[in-house]
Amino acid sequence: MSEVAIIGIGIHPFGRHDLTGMEQGAVAARAALADAGIEWSDVQYAFGGSSAAGNADTMVGTLGLTGLPFINVANGCATGGSALISAYNSIKAGVADVVMAIGFDKHPRGAFDPDPADFGLGKWYGDSGLMLTTQFFALKIQRYMAQFGITESTLAKVAVKNMANGSLNENAWRRKPLSEAEVLGSPMLSNPLTQYMFCSPGEGGVALVLANSDVARKYTTKPIYLKSAALRSRPFGSFEVFNSWLSPDRGNSPSVAAAAAAFEQAGVGPDEISLAQVQDTESGAEVMHMSECGLCTDGEQERIIQTGESNIGGRLPINTDGGCMANGEPIGASGLRQVYESVLQLQGRAGARQVENAQTAFTHVYGAPGISACTVLSV
Amino acid sequence: MCDDASMAEQVVVAEGLFTWPSDAPQLIGTHFPDSGVTVFPEAKSCPKTSATNGERVLLPRRGTLWSWTVQAFLPKNPPYAGTESAKDFVPYGVGYVQLDNEVLVEARLTVNDPAQLKIGMELEMVVIPFATDTEGRELLTYAFAPVAQGTQE
Repeated sequence: MSEVAIIGIGIHPFGRHDLTGMEQGAVAARAALADAGIEWSDVQYAFGGSSAAGNADTMVGTLGLTGLPFINVANGCATGGSALISAYNSIKAGVADVVMAIGFDKHPRGAFDPDPADFGLGKWYGDSGLMLTTQFFALKIQRYMAQFGITESTLAKVAVKNMANGSLNENAWRRKPLSEAEVLGSPMLSNPLTQYMFCSPGEGGVALVLANSDVARKYTTKPIYLKSAALRSRPFGSFEVFNSWLSPDRGNSPSVAAAAAAFEQAGVGPDEISLAQVQDTESGAEVMHMSECGLCTDGEQERIIQTGESNIGGRLPINTDGGCMANGEPIGASGLRQVYESVLQLQGRAGARQVENAQTAFTHVYGAPGISACTVLSV
Repeated sequence: MCDDASMAEQVVVAEGLFTWPSDAPQLIGTHFPDSGVTVFPEAKSCPKTSATNGERVLLPRRGTLWSWTVQAFLPKNPPYAGTESAKDFVPYGVGYVQLDNEVLVEARLTVNDPAQLKIGMELEMVVIPFATDTEGRELLTYAFAPVAQGTQE
């Protein structure tokens, strides 16, 4: 059976720019086409989206009115992941051989300020000062630290690692390394999380060209295989952002199911992964997502992070491009950035942050109101 | 309404969240008998089974702290209703409080000092003013306060 290969990748640097979000998406699209050595007219199908920067299909006006089917995707923090899954499925279904997945965004400065009604909540929830994603992340890691012995030093070291990785990435937004003391000494936003432990909303764009493996070799000598792509919404009992109540019968996060499905579909185990990109909205998220994705057991993060096992050069490097912390979080582009970085690493093109002998990679995005999308990639 | 000009008018942040006025206010939820699930605030359909035969219930007034944080920066308005400036903003505690084995509710905490917040501590529901809205009214909401040692329900 034919597989799905990634034959071209393109990015517009993350950060703050004068271009519109859509224009940044178009820059990424052109870069991906050039990387694949194809023309826009070779693309048979496209899926794309943004959360706050307009309808992706508008960009056919810039890229060329070829008449291709272009489906807009809007799925919160999993917008990019959902575009990728749609592209994957269309190739698997035999609908098209060459497909583009694209994501871009441009958010105002500062924390997101969502409308309670968009999440099925009464206005009172926002009125009373509970409608903040930062609170959710703090509440979740606070409980987790007490249960599994994770320390504040470990939270700080996650930020130190991601900023160090970001300093080696020419497309990252924040490229200045931070010390553990600087992270711990930055203003406390929501205990136990300080300002430098959080990522910020930002801007950027990523595009990927996917192809049926039967034709992939026509375009590249180094196709990277997208072995699986899985998306899950929250099961009963999971602990998610914006919940006025929780069940005492605690259940798993959607990341547990999405990661398990991605590994199963790929026929690859978490122990066979060379590097991983996991959602690091803040330090605690990276810690908890490591175990939710099956990369370690609950509590093991303390040793892994303290001993540098998740650093580049360690046993399992995590967020090798600096993650959301160094790149910011343009919602529509964030999940595709993880895949972009994985492809670079698997092709040996990651320069100063190259992971040696990278054979397989895992990616994970998570977001409101409790969705997760995961992929497994291999050479 | 209040005639005394020195006292602002007080309004609840939303009707139907808790019994009010009351000396012993209680949160109002919905219990779904088929699944045993209790939700807060009231809801039409069970998130576990999609059953629609829920019954209105008053939730226990006391519980234990399940997790906590302190909101240390002024939230954006909207969605936050408070009109204070960043300079006047007073950080507030936020937590999930486990009410028996029925439900965990998210709430403001009357304590904002991290040193005084411990997972497992006993808490009791109170109604507090928390902000002044754009019309100058004092907004009331539910919150949880530490149970004074030796007090009986």
